[in-house]
Amino acid sequence: MSSRLAVEIAGLRLSNPTVLAAGILGLSAASLREVVRQGAGAVVSKSVGLEPSSGYANPAVFQVDDCGLLNAMGLPNPGAKHFAEEIRELKTNGLGAPVIASVFGFSAEEFAEAAQILVKGGADAVELNVSCPHVKKTGSEIGQSPRLVSEVVKKVKSAVAKPVFVKLTPNVADIVEVAEASVEAGADAIVAINTVRGMAIDIETAYPVLANKIGGLSGSALKPTAVRCVYEIYEAVKVPVVGCGGIATWQDAVEFMLAGASAVQIGTAIASQGLGVFRSVSNGIDAYVHDKGFRSVKGIVGLSHRR
Amino acid sequence: MRTVKLTSVKAETPAVKSFAFNDELCSKGEPGQFVMVWMPGVDEVPMSLSMLNSRRGQAAITAERVGEATESLHNMKAGDTIGVRGPFGNNYTVSKASKVMIVGGGTGLASLVPLAEKLTKERTKITFLMGAKTKSTLLFHAHISDVLSRAKGRLIVATEDGSYGQRGLVTMSAEKLFKQGEQFNMIYTCGPEKMMQRMLHLTERFHIPFEASLERFMRCAIGLCGTCVIGKYRVCQDGPIFSSQQLLEVKDEFGCWRRGFDGRKIRV
Repeated sequence: MSSRLAVEIAGLRLSNPTVLAAGILGLSAASLREVVRQGAGAVVSKSVGLEPSSGYANPAVFQVDDCGLLNAMGLPNPGAKHFAEEIRELKTNGLGAPVIASVFGFSAEEFAEAAQILVKGGADAVELNVSCPHVKKTGSEIGQSPRLVSEVVKKVKSAVAKPVFVKLTPNVADIVEVAEASVEAGADAIVAINTVRGMAIDIETAYPVLANKIGGLSGSALKPTAVRCVYEIYEAVKVPVVGCGGIATWQDAVEFMLAGASAVQIGTAIASQGLGVFRSVSNGIDAYVHDKGFRSVKGIVGLSHRR
Repeated sequence: MRTVKLTSVKAETPAVKSFAFNDELCSKGEPGQFVMVWMPGVDEVPMSLSMLNSRRGQAAITAERVGEATESLHNMKAGDTIGVRGPFGNNYTVSKASKVMIVGGGTGLASLVPLAEKLTKERTKITFLMGAKTKSTLLFHAHISDVLSRAKGRLIVATEDGSYGQRGLVTMSAEKLFKQGEQFNMIYTCGPEKMMQRMLHLTERFHIPFEASLERFMRCAIGLCGTCVIGKYRVCQDGPIFSSQQLLEVKDEFGCWRRGFDGRKIRV
């Protein structure tokens, strides 16, 4: 892999700026290892809480024509204690990429406790899911309030010595306000954005398609919103921003980096492109950086702000 | 999601029914592929395509009544509406004019029916081994006999209680043929995982290429959610059909445990 692609985010060293997004293939050591083997510079686990949960009934995922994907999984996870074992398994025999554990809780204390267990298991960083749009009393119900986010970040920061990423919801009037509150509370990086609340109704039967009725929209429909959020957050905070939302090609990734993203998370695009998407995106970024005369991918981060 | 109306419902055994519907995409599916079947307001579950008729644009699924989802499906009749996504996954590999064995048990026979139909068109010589607990739960017996008789195939039935055909497990019937020195170019299997695990061991011992169709809990069916993973493989995308070589890579999981919807391990 080209040395031009290496990035450092909040102390984590990534061989390239592509990262597996939370919620995708992140429940087993073997699948996370495979994602790294296929070229991801880092991986984020599925969101893990203190207690095991099977999530919502099916249908939990629904493809909306060509524009994106609706999902309401309901945060299925094996519980932090069990998942810590998967991380331990993942970290033995060397992985070659940082593992970021996505964490959720129903209180600041729960966030902190789950984060602690996962860091003890070997997670290199935690990503706080204060943005899941379809589970009550957690996720975006916390992420829509700068005060609650600040409380969670502070609790987690005092519980773990590893970098803390905060993944934000776009379902707010002003995402910058939440990003600033996160950083003031000690966040080491901001991830923008999680899914947009959405739903689909089957017109033949009049049933909402998702079992939970309302879910989150991901995929290409999200990209302009996500690019805007990254752009606004980059102007406001000093910590690195990680872009997420509809990235499927190297051009998408470059656009996010020009907006201010130091790295990009990829999820939904795996459905259409397979795991090869990580390598194809990072190869494309590398060629772009080279063509534009930069020695490192860092040279393009936030470039659009100087235009 | 495409909503389709059931065109017919057929009772196959006391606990198993087949549901036919018109859908171009499903009818053009390949043997071994599956669909996500939505019972509006109830659940969505993966099911193998048990009938493929591209000429008529028809397909079918076959389900045993085992839980809430299949219960609601069993209560449906012709004219009722279900949703389908797919077909998803890979398919059994079919080569021309070879000699194969098909080993099926329980509702696993569903995906093997269209396979047998396709193989007969390729002038393949089929030995079909069918297993059930007892005579009344034998699935697709008449239909498979009919398909095989048109292509000079051989059908061997094994029931655990001996109420029909050979007494014992279908894997014992397979082993007997291997020991007699019968040669096969390929063994296909779908059924209870312990049965398929036993077939993997047998085919390894007798050096015969082998394909098995795996079943796992599923949600997205498009390779994202990770619910159906076995080792590094996603059953919905990389499977559901796996070769011996792949199954040996995941031999600590295959036939041993699967993941529940919460990601924890459950014994098979």
